[in-house]
Amino acid sequence: MGAIITLSLLAILLLYLGLFKAKSALLPVTLAGLALAIGFEWYGWNQMAAPQYSGMVLFDHYAIAFSILCIFIAGLVLSLSKAYFKAISENVAEYYALILFSLVGALLVCAYHNFAILFIGIEVMSVALYILVGIRKKDRASNEAALKYFLMGAFSTGFLLFGITLMYGATGSFDLNELQQYVRSTPDHQISPLFFAGILLMLVGLCFKVGAAPFHFWTPDVYDGSPILITAYMSTVVKVASFAGFLRLFSMVMVPLDGFWEPLLLTIAIITLFVGNISALVQSSFKRMLAYSSIAHAGYMLFAILSIGSLSPSAILTYGLAYSLASVVAFAALILVKRQIGTDQFESFNGLAKQNRFLAFVVTVAMLSLAGIPLTAGFIGKFMMFGRVMESYHTLLLVLAAINAVIGVCYYLRVVVHLYFKSVGDQVETSAIKVPLNFQIIFAISILLTLAVGVYPEWLINLL
Amino acid sequence: MDNLFSLLLLPLISAIVLVFVRSDRAKWVALLLSLINLGLTVPFLLRFDPQAGVQFEQMWVWIERLNVNFHIGLDGISLPLVLLTNGLIPLIIATTDHTRFKGNFYALVLFMQLGLLLVFTALDAFSFYVGWEIALIPIYFICALWGTGDRVATNLKFFIYTFAGSILMLIGILYLYQQTPAGSFEWTAFAGLNLPETTQHWVFWAFFLAFAIKIPILPFHTWQPNTYVQAPAAGTMLLSGIMLKMGVFGLIRWLLPIAPLGVAEYGTLVMTLCVIGIVYASLIAFRQDDAKRLIAYSSIAHVGLISGGVFSLTVDGLQGAMIQMVNHGISVVGLFFVIDLIERRTGSRSLSELGGLASRTPKLAIAFLILVMGAVGLPLTNGFIGEFLLLKGLFGTAGYGLWYAVFGGLTLILGAVYMLRLYQKTMLGELPEQWFSVSDIKSTDVVILGILVVLVVVIGVLPNYLLELSEPAINNLLQQISFRTA
Repeated sequence: MGAIITLSLLAILLLYLGLFKAKSALLPVTLAGLALAIGFEWYGWNQMAAPQYSGMVLFDHYAIAFSILCIFIAGLVLSLSKAYFKAISENVAEYYALILFSLVGALLVCAYHNFAILFIGIEVMSVALYILVGIRKKDRASNEAALKYFLMGAFSTGFLLFGITLMYGATGSFDLNELQQYVRSTPDHQISPLFFAGILLMLVGLCFKVGAAPFHFWTPDVYDGSPILITAYMSTVVKVASFAGFLRLFSMVMVPLDGFWEPLLLTIAIITLFVGNISALVQSSFKRMLAYSSIAHAGYMLFAILSIGSLSPSAILTYGLAYSLASVVAFAALILVKRQIGTDQFESFNGLAKQNRFLAFVVTVAMLSLAGIPLTAGFIGKFMMFGRVMESYHTLLLVLAAINAVIGVCYYLRVVVHLYFKSVGDQVETSAIKVPLNFQIIFAISILLTLAVGVYPEWLINLL
Repeated sequence: MDNLFSLLLLPLISAIVLVFVRSDRAKWVALLLSLINLGLTVPFLLRFDPQAGVQFEQMWVWIERLNVNFHIGLDGISLPLVLLTNGLIPLIIATTDHTRFKGNFYALVLFMQLGLLLVFTALDAFSFYVGWEIALIPIYFICALWGTGDRVATNLKFFIYTFAGSILMLIGILYLYQQTPAGSFEWTAFAGLNLPETTQHWVFWAFFLAFAIKIPILPFHTWQPNTYVQAPAAGTMLLSGIMLKMGVFGLIRWLLPIAPLGVAEYGTLVMTLCVIGIVYASLIAFRQDDAKRLIAYSSIAHVGLISGGVFSLTVDGLQGAMIQMVNHGISVVGLFFVIDLIERRTGSRSLSELGGLASRTPKLAIAFLILVMGAVGLPLTNGFIGEFLLLKGLFGTAGYGLWYAVFGGLTLILGAVYMLRLYQKTMLGELPEQWFSVSDIKSTDVVILGILVVLVVVIGVLPNYLLELSEPAINNLLQQISFRTA
C-alpha cells in the first residue's frame, strides 16, 4: 500500500513542481519517488500476505512482483522522457503526473482482491491514458487515437462492469475469496447462468484491455497515433498489469470452470497470434509493426492463462519483463532515429550499423529477444509459455504457435536487415546519430537485464 | 585440466575480447585464442577412454523449477566432432584475409564456436537447443555482412528455414519433457523413454526436419547452394565444414535413441531421399560452371551419403558417418580455401574462364590435387575409408541394402567425374593470357594447406585411431536401438 500512496502523492507533488516551473527537478524527483515505491514493495515482500482493507487488496508475492515490474518499466520509460516531452509540449509536468496516476491504477490492478478495486484500477489506469494519448492536441493522429481509445476503452469497461454485476448477481459478492468459495462449493450444473454470462463479459472486457484479437482493433491506431513514449508505456506497463489482473482472476476463481472458458480463450489466443503476426508482417512502419507484434505477444501471454498451473505467474512475469525490456529499447531507438530522419518507417533504420554500432547492436538484441532466440530473455519467456501449453497438451495450439514464431522471426529480422544491410539513402546527411546519456544508460540496463535473464533466469522464475 | 566447461568458456571470452580489437591484428589475436582452445582440447583426447561411455561430465542446475540443467560431457560420438570444431576453427581463421576482416568478424566466428561446442557436448536437451540456436545467429551475420550477391534475401531464407526446423524440434523437446516421469530434459531420460509407436512417428518428424534442414537432406536443401556461394569463404567453410555436422550429430545423438521405432518406420523413405540426393546433387555438380557452387552441390552429395550411413543402422554405416564427418570437414575446408585462393588471384571462379593455373601455381596445384583425391575417395586418402565404410553400411541395410549401395556407390564415380573436371578446368590445360602473371601461394597458405593435406593422408593411412574413439559408443547405441525395436 505504501507504494500506491507514494506514487499518488508523488504525482500531485509533480503537478505542483510544474506549477512553480521547477522543470529540471521533475525527472529526479520522479525517479526518487519510483525508487521509494519499489522500496516499499520490497519491504512488503517478507510480510505475511492477507487481504487488507476489508479484503480490497492483497499484497502477496504475486502482486508485489508485478508491481515492481510495472514501476521499474515505468521508470525506464520516464527516464527516456528528459528531452522528449519538452520537444512536444510546454507543460511537461502533466506528462509525469498522468503517467504516475496511470501507474497507480496499474498497481491496483496487480493487487486487487475485490472487483471494485479491479474496476477502479482499470479506470484510473485508462483515464490518465486517454489524456496522454490525445495530448498533442493539434495533431490529427493523436486526436483520432485518443477518441478511438476512449470509445473502445469505455466499451470494454462497460463489458467488464456488466460482467462484474452479473457475477455479483450470482454470488452476492465482489470478493475474490468468496467467488472462489462459490465456484468450488457449488456443483457445476447449479452454478447460475448469470455467472457464466459474467465470465463471458469479463473475458471480453479483459481481452480488450490486453489487446487480444478480435478485440484489438483499437491497438494499432492508438499505438500509432500516440507520442512514442506513451506508446512505449501503454504497450508495456499497461499490458503487463492487465495480464496480471487477468491471470489473478482466472487462477483464483475460474479454474474449476475451465471447461467453459478454455475453448473460448483457446480460439482467442489462436486468432490473436495470427492476426498480430500476419499484420505485423506487412507493415511498412516500424511503430505499427511493434503495435501488431504487441498483439501477437498478447497471444503468447494468453498461453499462461489457458493452462493455469503453478508456473503460470512466473511465466507471465518472465514474458512480461522480456517483452517490456525489448519494447522499451525498440521504442527508444525509434525516438532517436525519428529525431534524425523524421519518419517511423523501417527505412529510417537503414544503415544504422555503420553510423552507430552500439545502437544497432542494442536494437538487434531487442529484436532477437522479441523473436525468442536463446540467451535472451525472450527465449526464456517463450520457452515457459510453450511449456505451459505442452503441459495441458494443446498440441495443435503449440504447432500454430510455432508457425507464428517463424512468422515473427521474419519481421523482426527485417529490422536487422535494415540496420545492417540497407544503405543510407542520399536524402539523409551521414552525421552519426548521437545517443544521449540517459538513453545510453537505459539501453545498457535493458540489454544487460535481457541477457542476464536469458542466460540465468533462475532468480526471476523462483520469485513466484 | 579436464574442465570441459573451460573449453566452452574460452571462445565466449575470446569473442567478447575480439569485439574490442579493431586493428589489423584481430586475425592474429583470434588465431592465438583459437589455438589455445585447440591446445586445451588435447588433454581430453589423451585422457579419453573409448570404453567408458560419457566422460568429463559437468552439470549445474540451470533453471530449477523447470528441471533444466546445464549438462555437458564427452563420449565417443561427440569427441571427434569437438576435435573437428576446435581443429578447423583456427585453420579457418588462418585462411582469412586480415586486411578485410576486423575484430567483429572473428568475434562472430568464435561465438559460433561456442554454439557448436555446446551442441556437440550437451547432454541436456535445453542446453542442446540453446547451442543449436546460438550457432545460427553468428553465421547469419557472417554470411550476410561479408557475403556477395543477393546475400540479404538468401540469408533471410536460410535463417527462417533453419529456425522453422528448430522450433519444431523445440516442440518435440517439450513433449518429451512432459513424457519423462520426473519431468527432465536430460539426454539419458529422453533416450530411456519407451514411447508408443504412433508417438514416436511424429516425434521422429519433429526432430528429423530440424536436422534434415541443417544437413541438408534432399528436398530440404534449397537454401544451401545460394547460401554457400554467396557467403565469404570463411563462412562457407564454417557452414560446410562444421555446421552441417550439427545435423548429422543430432541424428545420431538425439533422433536414433529417442525415436527408434520412428526411424524404423521412415528409415526406408529417408534412405531413398538420401540416395536420390546423392545422385541428384552429383549430376548438378557436374553441370556447374562456378567452382564454389560445384563444391556446394558436391557437399550435398557427400552429406547424403553420410546421412544414409546413419540411417543404415549398421556399425559400418554409423562408423563411416562418424569418420566421414571429420573427413568431409577437412576436405571441404581445403577445397573452399583453394577456390578462394584462386579467386583472390584471378578474380574468377568460373570454370570456363580458368585453366592452366598449375604452371603458375605449382604448390597450390599439388595441394589441390591431394584434396581432390581425398574428396573423390582414392585409397590411402581419408575419403576412401569413410566412403568404403558408408557403402558397406548401406549395403548391409535391412531391406533394400543392395539398391542403396548401388546408387549410393554412384557417388564414387560421379564424384570422380565432377571433381576431376573441376581440377582439370582450373589447373590443367592452356593458361589464358590474362593470368600469365598469377603468383603462387604464400608460405602461410602453404602451411594451412600442408596441414590439411597431411590430415588427408594421415587419416587415410591410419584411420583406426579415429574409428576406435567412436566404436564402443556406436556399438552401444545400436544395441540399445535393436533392443528397443525388437
